[in-house]
Amino acid sequence: MLRRRLNRLFGGDEKRVDSRTIYVGNRPCPATETFIPPKFCDNRIVSSKYTIWNFLPKNLFEQFRRIANFYFLIIFLVQVIVDTPTSPVTSGLPLFFVITVTAIKQGYEDWLRHKADSEVNKYPVRVLEDGQPARKDSEKIKVGDIVEVVEDETFPCDLILLQSSRDDDTCFVTTASLDGESNHKTHYTVPDMEKDLQSLSATIECEQPQPDLYKFVGRMHIYKPEHDPAVRSLGPENLLLKGATLKNTKKIYGVAVYTGMETKMALNYQGKSQKRSAVEKSINAFLLVYLCILISKAVVCTTLKYVWQSQDGQDEPWYNQKTEKEKGTILYVKMFTDFLSFMVLFNFIIPVSMYVTVEMQKFLGSFFITWDRDFFDPEIEEGALVNTSDLNEELGQVEYVFTDKTGTLTQNNMEFIECCIDGFQYTAFSSELDSFCVTDGPVSTFQEKAGREKEELFLRALCLCHTVQVKEAGPDELGGDQVDGPASEPLRPAEQRGFIASSPDEVALVKGAMRYGFTFLGLESKTMKIKNWQNDVEEYELLHVLNFDPVRRRMSVIVRSKSGDTLLFCKGADSSIFPRVRPEEVERIRMHVQRSATEGYRTLCVAYKRLSVDEYAAADAGLREARLALQDREEKLMAVYNQVETAMSLIGATAVEDRLQEEAAQTMEALQGAGMKVWVLTGDKMETAKSTCYACRLFRRSTELLELTVRTLESGGRRREEMLHDLLFDFHRKAVQDAPPARAGVNRSWSSANPEYGFIVDGAALALVMNPSPDTNCSRYRSLFLQICQNCTAVLCCRMAPLQKAQIVKMVKNSKGSPITLSIGDGANDVSMILEAHVGIGVKGKEGRQAVRNSDYAIPKLKHLRKLLLAHGHLYYIRIAHLVQYFFYKNLCFILPQFLYQFFCGCSQQPLYDAAYLTMYNICFTSMPILAYSLLEQQIAIEVLLDNATLYRDIAKNAMLRWGPFLYWTVLAVFQGLIFFFGVKYLFSNPALQDNGQVFGNWSYGTIVFTVLVFTVTLKLALDTRHWTWINHFVIWGSLAFYVVFSFFWGGIIWPFLKQQRLYFVFFNMLSSVSAWLVIILLIVLSLLPDILLGVLRKPRGPHTQQIAVVTPLSYKHLREHY
Amino acid sequence: KYKLDNRKSNVDMFNLTGPSRTNRPDNTAFTQQRLPAWQPILSAGIVIPGFTLIGLAFIGVGVALFVTSQKITDLEIDYTGVAATSPCFKCTSFAAENCMCQMEFTLTTLFEGPVFFYYGLTSYYQNFRTYGVSKDGYQLSGDTYYFNNPQDSCAPYQYDSNNNPIVPCGSIANSMFSDTFQLYQVVNGMKKQVPLDGKGIAWWTDYNIKYSNPALVNGSFANAFSGTVKPVNWSKPVYELDPTDQANNGFLNQNFLVWMRQAALPKFQKLYGRIAEGDYAQGLPAGNYTLLINYSYPVISFGGTKKVVLSNVSWMGGKNQFLGIAYLVIGSLCIVMAMVMLIIYAKYKFTDDDEDM
Repeated sequence: MLRRRLNRLFGGDEKRVDSRTIYVGNRPCPATETFIPPKFCDNRIVSSKYTIWNFLPKNLFEQFRRIANFYFLIIFLVQVIVDTPTSPVTSGLPLFFVITVTAIKQGYEDWLRHKADSEVNKYPVRVLEDGQPARKDSEKIKVGDIVEVVEDETFPCDLILLQSSRDDDTCFVTTASLDGESNHKTHYTVPDMEKDLQSLSATIECEQPQPDLYKFVGRMHIYKPEHDPAVRSLGPENLLLKGATLKNTKKIYGVAVYTGMETKMALNYQGKSQKRSAVEKSINAFLLVYLCILISKAVVCTTLKYVWQSQDGQDEPWYNQKTEKEKGTILYVKMFTDFLSFMVLFNFIIPVSMYVTVEMQKFLGSFFITWDRDFFDPEIEEGALVNTSDLNEELGQVEYVFTDKTGTLTQNNMEFIECCIDGFQYTAFSSELDSFCVTDGPVSTFQEKAGREKEELFLRALCLCHTVQVKEAGPDELGGDQVDGPASEPLRPAEQRGFIASSPDEVALVKGAMRYGFTFLGLESKTMKIKNWQNDVEEYELLHVLNFDPVRRRMSVIVRSKSGDTLLFCKGADSSIFPRVRPEEVERIRMHVQRSATEGYRTLCVAYKRLSVDEYAAADAGLREARLALQDREEKLMAVYNQVETAMSLIGATAVEDRLQEEAAQTMEALQGAGMKVWVLTGDKMETAKSTCYACRLFRRSTELLELTVRTLESGGRRREEMLHDLLFDFHRKAVQDAPPARAGVNRSWSSANPEYGFIVDGAALALVMNPSPDTNCSRYRSLFLQICQNCTAVLCCRMAPLQKAQIVKMVKNSKGSPITLSIGDGANDVSMILEAHVGIGVKGKEGRQAVRNSDYAIPKLKHLRKLLLAHGHLYYIRIAHLVQYFFYKNLCFILPQFLYQFFCGCSQQPLYDAAYLTMYNICFTSMPILAYSLLEQQIAIEVLLDNATLYRDIAKNAMLRWGPFLYWTVLAVFQGLIFFFGVKYLFSNPALQDNGQVFGNWSYGTIVFTVLVFTVTLKLALDTRHWTWINHFVIWGSLAFYVVFSFFWGGIIWPFLKQQRLYFVFFNMLSSVSAWLVIILLIVLSLLPDILLGVLRKPRGPHTQQIAVVTPLSYKHLREHY
Repeated sequence: KYKLDNRKSNVDMFNLTGPSRTNRPDNTAFTQQRLPAWQPILSAGIVIPGFTLIGLAFIGVGVALFVTSQKITDLEIDYTGVAATSPCFKCTSFAAENCMCQMEFTLTTLFEGPVFFYYGLTSYYQNFRTYGVSKDGYQLSGDTYYFNNPQDSCAPYQYDSNNNPIVPCGSIANSMFSDTFQLYQVVNGMKKQVPLDGKGIAWWTDYNIKYSNPALVNGSFANAFSGTVKPVNWSKPVYELDPTDQANNGFLNQNFLVWMRQAALPKFQKLYGRIAEGDYAQGLPAGNYTLLINYSYPVISFGGTKKVVLSNVSWMGGKNQFLGIAYLVIGSLCIVMAMVMLIIYAKYKFTDDDEDM
């Protein structure tokens, strides 16, 4: 709405200029004096990013735009340019590896895209040229070409349907590859088209390409030699989209309007905006800390170096004379290069491999969601879908759940329950379905309460006022075999008839009418046929359909009966119907509607109106004119609709049940138990939504409901604004101020003494809160509203427009503490909130694939949310949090001894470890165990996680990645680094460590430290591992073995490419020294002691926790309790 | 085994009947995250005995180390000559060339053999980065190409002022320790030389593999070095390092090899020789000794000191108290921890029982 209004304000005029004119068949038209073939892009689809020529530069550029890669590149360049302690290979090799792997992956993906593109682009199509179909490659299609498409082919570009082989000027398509809806959709040819396309001379004026699949506005001018040009309006029903498939129709001809990258499909393939997880933000914060550590280390060392050198005789001792070059350098340049050298020496503290490992963990880890059989739904034969793996851990951090009602909490599987005609109630018949037969059934069910005429009128309305199609069953000119449907039961054709509709309500209503004896037989060339009680077929000419839309919340049809009466039938939500009918009729029905709504049924009111000839003529003219409008067509249509749908008379109301999803209540309870706040955002009416909330146990009998709806706002008889002000303050006092302070985050079962509040707000009231009139204090209301919401156990927002749903999500997302939000929905109206929330979940429901396509994760059923969050989310969070902390930890312990060594080598940037160790440490020696851990760890078994929802609270608010745990890991790393370095230093106070009296040098020193380091960090991980699968065993012990084997190998051979054989037999000699062995064992044990000790001492005690304690890990448990 | 087969056949049956099973995820332990796993828990029941065991083992090792270390005798003689009273004071002035000084010491008991003779330096940074890289590995492995073309890393000791290549090039070789020692026992006023065996003081691999001399040229070892000059600070070329033993020359000179292995820390000692021959195979008997030093290596300029260390070694190497004490401390720490934990555990155990009752 808002956007449209904005469009009108700012973009309206431009649009008119920007509409395109298409010459059908690329032939000049008599109306235009000069024929200038307009320039449009060709029909080539380019989804690939690179070509062979630009791949290398472009890919490298893209990769180095990532800040981390750029940082490593800089380090590498510094190493190349400046004389640094480590060779450029040490950082160049890992960087090269990472860049190459990424480039290969992206190159491969792009190659696949190229292949797919050329498959599409070279696909042979037939284009009418001079009346003859000519074969062409798909990419050669120009706008204006007339294209022939045969059955089961996909459309090569967006076409306006000109001619169909079917008699009724329609064709059927499926848009499965576009939006996943597999039902057949009907599209219509441009009305009153000539049969001879060869002589057709026409232009099409239409809007510029836009991505909305369901919107199209255009106008076709047909020129005939003797007549005035005829004008036809074009809408989405005339437009065949690229990517859709032609079904049930032998052949069609269409004129290309949008081609190539301008087709709606191509426009829709633009990527979504990237969502970043909270963990990533933590990583960045930690990185900053480590960068500071790195820089301060380098600064300290540089300063010390120059302080030390200023001492007598230390700057240039005789045994270490400077080279001529060094002498010639200016002091400040020297200091700067020294600083850079130290940066290079310590840069391993921020490892390239962390990014790679995190990416791998996310990518590989997401497979476990796809693979999970518990997410498999046998009905739709599909499991969960992961659209992005970046947010896995966010699933463990959710604080607010925004759920749609229809199709998400409920099944969206409608069943006609009851109806009310003229105030009399006709209840369900579901129990005795079999007693129904077409002839006598209705008579026995209807007990002649309302008069036969009214009943018939009502049922006719139900049969006529819809957009349902009958699935073709039985033989017809195309052969019914192609139609999937239970057409094989000729015995009860009426009962078995299949219906296709955009909304399941409509099917339910038509089926309901069928059960009462009025059967909708189908729509054939603008004629609707229904079979009435007498088994007579009544025919109605369909004049107009006034489409349903969520703003109007109603739809109407205008039909003409055989007898010549023009009738308008309208059905819609009570709120949209009641103002448009005579008030005295309302009261009788209203009671029924409200009662049905409180039972949880979806109610619709049905009204009709007899149109006089004049009225119809006016309406007809208005509708036609509005439909032809290029500009603001929808607003104009809306105005006409509103004008026509007035002064109707109310016939009755229907109640349709939408059953709850399986385990909806348990899921909601589990989510609330896990500390999440569940908000229901629905477009449905309050009573229905409220009863669903009760059914889902979001509200309980003890819950005190706070209502902020139009009803309560208007009840006081005062101005809405005043009432809003009072209510808000009243609720705020109740829910926020009077509530005990410790309430937030406490399990509701523990705080049963306190009253629970449920908050109900509707769209109109929300609009008042969000956009109050200028004289009121806007932000004050908002914050009050937010505080009330946050203190309620459940919040229900009904009558929401899609944009309002997103607004709510945004408001909570940006509130204090920026809580993690999750939206779950199944329909197109949920897309906005799915995109807005941190994590968007799509339910693979019945309302198409819009939500699934835009979601981050898609699951078949609501009940799967429980495992997705409580088990997968929890585990992923623990895994990645541990991964991140461990990575920083192991690199700090790695580099700290190197830093300390600078104090004992005159701050000369002497590396402690050999270059091979520096390079391999992160790549080979310590990377695999943590990767395996971060994929397989289950500190708490999945079953336990599912049973104890409260465990989810343990990791809430990024518990394992806050500064507390980070500090713990850092302190641990510093402690261990100190132990490694000084332990070996004291050992080296006498470097004669072998029984033959020979002494060890500096590389032996480094190798001992490094050996202790590798073993300690690996064993530390082993201590934290609570779930030892064979893979863990393999990688942990394998890594250690690899280190030993590698060291033997590296030190056992004179490598010809090495200038200095620094490590030659160093490792071997180290192992031949008993003291070295003893010090290694000592230091490893000492380093691990505090961790073991803390683990044991922090173990939970007492009977309450014992049951959990059996499976509770010590590591994160103690973290949780400690911090 | 039977069960597994049974299930498999069931699956196959479904496979035949089911319309499409392609979408259904595989039911393997891995994909379902149900791999059999060992789930160890560090409970008090494991940790307390574990700590006790580790503690006991550590104390055992610690005692052994401590006792061994105590048995090792070592004697340090600082001969830097900073103090004016020191016999070597005269050699510290720059003018002194070929200065000899002698230090005297007395052993009251037998210094058990084999006795190792070390020289030690302090404040000497063999681990300077620029120093450490200042050598040419190819040259030292006997590759004569690099005799004429030493690598740039040797700068500033790559070429001498006349642009002749230096062999062995680089700072490390150039700064080779040049003091020589002779040890005498004073027996009845007579000096009796204690033989110092300079063999086998370098790493076996250094001597046999890593370093090697160039092949003889025209039957002469010196000819192999023709066209090169000795390091600036050396008094004699590398092929004449040991005039007493022709085999102990060139890059395979043991003292040279020992020097080339850089020390880890600025305070270090290096092996000079062993006393394991003749009358002294059992050690140095009690008595008076004189150490004759050919003092030529300057250390005063950078504030360093020089010393001679006599020491015998054991299975754990030279004397080092640290390891034994560390083991004892950690070992007792473990025992104390175990006891503390036992107390805590017992206490909580009791409270648990109370609550249960």
